[in-house]
Amino acid sequence: MRWRTALALTGGLVLATGPLLAGAPAPSADPQVLASGCTGCHTSSDTLTTAIPKIRGLPEAAIAAALRAFRAGQRPTTVMDRIARGFTDEEIAQLAAYFSRQK
Amino acid sequence: MKRSHSSRRTSADRNSARPAGRTRREFLALTAAACAGPVLSRLAAAQSPARVVVVGGGFAGATCARFLRRADARLDVTLVEPNATFTACPFSNDVVAGLRDIRDQRFGYQALGAEGIRVVQVAATGVDPPGRQVQLAGGGTLPYDRLVLAPGIDFRWGAIPGYDEAAAEKMPHAWKAGEQTLLLRRQLEAMPDGGLVVMAVPANPYRCPPGPYERASLIAYYLKTHKPRSKVLVLDAKDTFSKQRLFTDAWAQLYPGLLEWVSLSQGGKVISVDPGTNTVSTDFEQYRAAVANVIPPQRAGRIAELAGVADRTGWCPINPVTFESQLQPNIHVIGDAAIAGAMPKSAFAANAQAKVCAAAVAALLRGAAPADPVLVNTCYSLVAPDYGISVAGVYRPKGGQLTDVEGAGGTSPPQAPPQTRALEARYAEAWFRTITHEVFG
Repeated sequence: MRWRTALALTGGLVLATGPLLAGAPAPSADPQVLASGCTGCHTSSDTLTTAIPKIRGLPEAAIAAALRAFRAGQRPTTVMDRIARGFTDEEIAQLAAYFSRQK
Repeated sequence: MKRSHSSRRTSADRNSARPAGRTRREFLALTAAACAGPVLSRLAAAQSPARVVVVGGGFAGATCARFLRRADARLDVTLVEPNATFTACPFSNDVVAGLRDIRDQRFGYQALGAEGIRVVQVAATGVDPPGRQVQLAGGGTLPYDRLVLAPGIDFRWGAIPGYDEAAAEKMPHAWKAGEQTLLLRRQLEAMPDGGLVVMAVPANPYRCPPGPYERASLIAYYLKTHKPRSKVLVLDAKDTFSKQRLFTDAWAQLYPGLLEWVSLSQGGKVISVDPGTNTVSTDFEQYRAAVANVIPPQRAGRIAELAGVADRTGWCPINPVTFESQLQPNIHVIGDAAIAGAMPKSAFAANAQAKVCAAAVAALLRGAAPADPVLVNTCYSLVAPDYGISVAGVYRPKGGQLTDVEGAGGTSPPQAPPQTRALEARYAEAWFRTITHEVFG
């Protein structure tokens, strides 16, 4: 009985910690994974052109400034204000660095 | 989480192994395999490429197969999909309304094959989680180190009395794009002016939350421009829906008298249908429809249940960092089949989840810890060809679920000039071209 309780508790604890492997802190986001949220709309293709602007290869400072302005509601947009508000300063910096290096 | 699976597996083995007459050594080997999954797969990776099987070639599965190879070009990736071409649901409401050719919805898997993904054009009929094998129609099997299930949805036939697969040939659901989309289109074309189009809309959760309302809008657009004495009646099993204010404002402006929405509390829930007379019944009324579009309640695609990754709801609980099943180790579930917390069942979400899952699977196979993801969703709906609206969200894992980042996301503004609506309609089309190019191009 006691064993069963202990096992149930352990199971609960392991479940509660969820994805984290043995309680290790989550590694900071991989820029490529972070950026994968953007490429559903902003194509990374050479051959495709759409009404949605490409961001790859733009200057790092310009990308970061645009995202911060969207987030602050200081730059007109349809949807980017709503999306940019979900990202931290550090993530915006990561995204800007990542996309500026994509040629 | 892994540990809890293992202990559950062990006790299950203990119960089943003994009567089957397994020796103690076999039992120990089974236990070891259950506990040492990641270690074993890492050892295997050192000798031969790790094998990842992806079941389902829609937005989730096809994206995942591609991004697995991009995450690690050494991975042995197999995509199992019975159809030679994929027919996309987003923009299929344009086909229903006669605004788009179904051929623009179809995509092939040639580009995936050219990138070294093995595309197996056959149905997956079962999964053996302890043996790590996928069973194929015709008797073949595919072994895996990790399995990604992206089976989309299946319908709960019979959940609405009278609505079964045969009834769908008379009263199309058109909720999996293809022949059903064309059937609904033909019925609308054949309908005389003055006819009543009845739509039945299910309770949550279901594929594409704003989809029924986009469809009602575009059918109303077709009626307005071609059969103005007709009407579309939306019978709904709920009281609120995605982008509701934007839709209802636009309906009042664009389609007065042409589109009526009946909420759950107004008696909108469909309780039975009769395909013989094309009758749709609620608790209060019986509607004889000229065209009936019945979108039935849904659940994860069948293979999810066969693999033991669907819970009592019919959908698949997952780990929000890796999309690994909470019920079976080494099996990941992405797209509409997954219970992804606050994320809706959309093509955008499926594509976003697939990329995160691919990176996590590649990390796990090389023994690394997957990073906490940030996921985005943006869903566009067309109320008219030049009138687009959107809802967006940003999601992070929190408390074992994908939750909305507070302060982010939301819908297009309720008051906006026509230019804004026109721009969002253009962005909708741009999104569709971008995503289909990323997945299939």
